[in-house]
Amino acid sequence: MAEIFEYAPAPESRSVVSLRENYGLFVDGGFVPADSGETLTSLNPADESTLATVAVAGPADVDRAVTAARHAQENVWGPMSGVERGKYLFRIARILQERSRELAVLESMDNGKPIKETRDVDVPLVAAHFFYYAGWADKLHHAGLGTDPRPLGVAAQVIPWNFPLLMLAWKIAPALATGNTVVLKPAETTPLTALVFAEICQEADLPPGVVNIVTGAGGTGRALVEHPGVDKVAFTGSTAVGRGIARAMAGTDKRLTLELGGKGANIVYDDAALDQAVEGIVSGIFFNQGHVCCAGSRLLVQESIADELLPRLKERMARIRVGDPLDKNTDLGAINSADQLRRIREATDGGEAEGAERWSPDCELPSQGYWFAPTLLTGVGQSHRVAREEIFGPVLSVLTFRTPEEAVAKANNTPYGLSAGVWTEKGSRMLWTAERLRAGVIWSNTFNKFDPSSPFGGYKESGYGREGGRHGLEAYLG
Amino acid sequence: MAERRTSAKKAARTAPKAPARLAVRKTYKLYLGGAFPRSESGRSYPVTSADGDHLANASLASRKDARDAVTAARKAFGGWSGRTAYNRGQVLYRVAEVMEGRRSQFTDQLAAAQGLERSEADTVVSAAIDRWVYYAGWTDKFAQVIGGSNPVAGPYYNHSSPEPTGVVAVFAPQDAPLLGLTSVLAPVVATGNTAVVVTSEEAPLPAVDLAEVLATSDVPGGVVNLLTGRAGEIGPHLAPHGDVDALDLAGAGEHATAFEEAAAETLTRVLRPGNEAGGGERAWLDPDPGTSRMSPFLETKTVWHPIGV
Repeated sequence: MAEIFEYAPAPESRSVVSLRENYGLFVDGGFVPADSGETLTSLNPADESTLATVAVAGPADVDRAVTAARHAQENVWGPMSGVERGKYLFRIARILQERSRELAVLESMDNGKPIKETRDVDVPLVAAHFFYYAGWADKLHHAGLGTDPRPLGVAAQVIPWNFPLLMLAWKIAPALATGNTVVLKPAETTPLTALVFAEICQEADLPPGVVNIVTGAGGTGRALVEHPGVDKVAFTGSTAVGRGIARAMAGTDKRLTLELGGKGANIVYDDAALDQAVEGIVSGIFFNQGHVCCAGSRLLVQESIADELLPRLKERMARIRVGDPLDKNTDLGAINSADQLRRIREATDGGEAEGAERWSPDCELPSQGYWFAPTLLTGVGQSHRVAREEIFGPVLSVLTFRTPEEAVAKANNTPYGLSAGVWTEKGSRMLWTAERLRAGVIWSNTFNKFDPSSPFGGYKESGYGREGGRHGLEAYLG
Repeated sequence: MAERRTSAKKAARTAPKAPARLAVRKTYKLYLGGAFPRSESGRSYPVTSADGDHLANASLASRKDARDAVTAARKAFGGWSGRTAYNRGQVLYRVAEVMEGRRSQFTDQLAAAQGLERSEADTVVSAAIDRWVYYAGWTDKFAQVIGGSNPVAGPYYNHSSPEPTGVVAVFAPQDAPLLGLTSVLAPVVATGNTAVVVTSEEAPLPAVDLAEVLATSDVPGGVVNLLTGRAGEIGPHLAPHGDVDALDLAGAGEHATAFEEAAAETLTRVLRPGNEAGGGERAWLDPDPGTSRMSPFLETKTVWHPIGV
């Protein structure tokens, strides 16, 4: 495609980030080496360079972290007045704002997501989340959850790699506001912003043991959620792992919230404002490389406008700039890991093999790093795996419908129920559709919007419990 | 009633004598999709009073009955959850009205089943009737209490509202066959869910009496389905059932952990047994349980829409 103006590279400077070569675990207020002696390496997925080596927490390390969290909960954080707890959270929110550029750049380096998103979405939302829950700390008895709501104790929290720091904020801010202490395990491919957050806790003079960060892979996560000393487990990740955790919680007194996978339907009616719908479809599936549990990964377009919409969508997709996550012009960054890239390739190839037609714009992908071009699959049937299973990548499956009833039936024909989109200019039709969609978040004439005051979470196999808003307090109070 | 309590032994000792009028006994059956079928398995089991006297034979529900009940509950869900909250409240209030008219039947039944003094049985029946009134009033209020608008930082309308989870499998309390049952069932249907209830195994008869009330109270068929029988036999088929969205394990007893494990397979919501277990009907007398038994069976849906001209 001929360009009138060529983009010049506009990379954000890495100089705001000062990484250590090695990171220990953050336990009881300090960085400590792991007893296990094992380490893992965090890569920059955009060029496969090594960013840092981090400790892998074994069962003994997890036990130490849980003990520290218990001690802090019973002796310091639990007895502290809500006003004081809130002030710590306000202080953390301010430091997050002050160090926002550093965190945005580091997040882009560790995760591969565009700086445009970490700078304008992830990190501002992280600070906002702490700011929001800070204000709840001394108002919990007004939350409609009883006159004397009590913290549960120690929360074990396991988060994914797609929004590393934002998921940390979603987990830690409500837990701390309600008087719980936490042991959090970041994802193995994206541990670095969590470790900088640990430094921020030190900078804020947060009492030792209130926040503990244990890095590692699945084994560390399992040791943490199954530790008998935790009172609450909060997990965001795959439905398969979520099932295993739910099973492990049976017969215990541990409380559990799960935020799992999705296969969100994005319904476009024939009266939709098409240019806006195209933008919404693009942000619905290509935001964060499609590494989004609530992505609008199934486009349901009314048959009568499919021939008009799809060419416009392709034209728009051709304008998506894929490349260096630190370039301020970049729309689509790197796939987070080699494993994830393999899964996306397999799923997309599988879709083609099942009869879907595959299309991607011409776009040059960097030779180093993990990349996947924005991809459209048309002619997809409801039984196709690409219409049923989460791909977690920049791949959009397109289906059509004729009547509103059919749109709703197809949208709900999934074991998941996290998000859905509705595009129509008619208010009554929007509300009719929203009412019938079995999903926790409905974006109408918009998509992928988040706010700390807005509850987020799924129906059915997308998990249970809500994060965000007043609803998000419930998971941490007894 | 006195006649039912007469044991076979006593009858053998007295001289053959027929009463002036033979009482008509009731056949206790399942309540499925608005009808009263026997178990498809053809099985029944004897139900005795607290003193050990034979009261009746109850249907012994099978796994096929359980699956049929789930099908009926799923079929009824769209209609029931789609009713207005006001209408659901009217229907639940009607349940209380019809039950009030049958007070003595419930009191007799409870006195026999639990060996309660009549005055105590009367207290329990009153509380059970009042529980339906309580939840009838909740139907059009919980959405305002639990949901609301969210002040997002941008030009968006953003609103959260609770919606029913779907089909709830309720393991009713074993030792609280009327008030306990009502206390776990009413919040499930008040919120727009439909229910498959496994009744108390030892004392299933009050549940069947309640089913007769439900059947004559404008509760649509399939909204409540009652299975008399053994939680340990039916539960393993309900807990992992793909069309069951939530479990209330109040009366699951020793099976609670196994059912929770099975439920994990489809991420079915689980309400674990509470501290009422083992306390009999008295444990359920709290007249104001609040939203505690409604919110576990509600999902929160949040809708966003841009604001602009």
